[in-house]
Amino acid sequence: MLHIDRHLFVASLDEAAALLAADPHSAVLGGCGFLRLGARRIGTAIDLSRLDLDFIRADEASIEIGAMTSLRTVETHPLTAALAGGVLARALAPIVGVQLRHALTVGGTVAGRYPFSDLLTALLALDARVELHAGGRIALADLLNNPSRRDIVVRVLLPRDERRAAFADLRRSATDFPLLNAAVARCADGFRVVVGSRPGRARRSPAAETHLADHGLDRATAAEAGRLAAAELPFGDNPRGSGAYRQSVCPVLVQRALLEVLHAG
Amino acid sequence: MQVDTRINGCPVTLGCAAGEFLATTLRRSGYLSVRQGCDTGSCGLCTVWLDGRPVLSCCTLTARVGGREITTIEGVAEEAAAFARCMAAEGAEQCGFCTPGLTMTVLALRRELEAPDEEAINRYLAGNLCRCSGYAGQLRAIKTFLGVG
Repeated sequence: MLHIDRHLFVASLDEAAALLAADPHSAVLGGCGFLRLGARRIGTAIDLSRLDLDFIRADEASIEIGAMTSLRTVETHPLTAALAGGVLARALAPIVGVQLRHALTVGGTVAGRYPFSDLLTALLALDARVELHAGGRIALADLLNNPSRRDIVVRVLLPRDERRAAFADLRRSATDFPLLNAAVARCADGFRVVVGSRPGRARRSPAAETHLADHGLDRATAAEAGRLAAAELPFGDNPRGSGAYRQSVCPVLVQRALLEVLHAG
Repeated sequence: MQVDTRINGCPVTLGCAAGEFLATTLRRSGYLSVRQGCDTGSCGLCTVWLDGRPVLSCCTLTARVGGREITTIEGVAEEAAAFARCMAAEGAEQCGFCTPGLTMTVLALRRELEAPDEEAINRYLAGNLCRCSGYAGQLRAIKTFLGVG
């Protein structure tokens, strides 16, 4: 059961950081959509929702998404909905329902490093960077690989380039958590192949990416990239499926996403 | 804690504990159209609007609604009644437990999507579960209500 001792709306990120440092049981609130999924006691709930972190804006080089921006806004905003072929909107659409996506936030998802996340898989394929209040700007992949870091996500930054990306997933029912998901991208400097909900956190497959870089993208290399990703990445069991099943599904999802990129031209 | 908000256009002060969710607070305050179903953000029964957007009140901390506008089905009663007539004409519900949440999402859809096709309707309503209708009658009623055939 969830228990919160006190709920504070902070007036600045510095205040939030001080509260976070002062109390090991404090937590920064995101959209709170998944708070009820586990038993948890929070000493001080630190609320950033009055810090004007709900925004999507862009310059020539990048798109910035504020930490308190909802997933529904990312799904529908002109700057993000069509980015890289619409991969973000495609990844977000199956997450439960419109109502929950209005609540869930980008910062909460990134800071939560949820292994089942569809958004994190897509963001990795887009080479997302994260701005942390204390830690500055780091690659999302580095944040995901350092779960002990206790900092505040301020914004997510996406490069504005000509990459084409695609997302594929398998779910036991339409709005369930993914049994497995995959996102791929073809960029100026090569390919990104990411597999998430394995059920571990989303991770790139260097073997698959190298194969595509060396041999180009066609039907045969897409299939081989899928096999390489399945051989390289770890898969595990959870109530939604076994590791062996996930490993069998992985080549199919990776291939589907790569073929979508291929056919998009 | 005390939270000053507006519900269906009226100023209201809600008393709640830190960590309390809006569905619980609203029901305790007499807004019994707000159903409590899964309480984990999965079923859509507790849907209300927050500043005009549909949200799940079982996943919205009451502390966060200060200064904001909450709308329950009572706040859109006339429009909800028009939708209810479409539902009745199609025999689209049995127990009716999910109807307030479904109605709030359908009315939000009406405001957000212009002339949605069946796929768009299904996608928008994916977060509203009904365990007795099978959805076919609901979909017919929604299309009639929206005037999209």
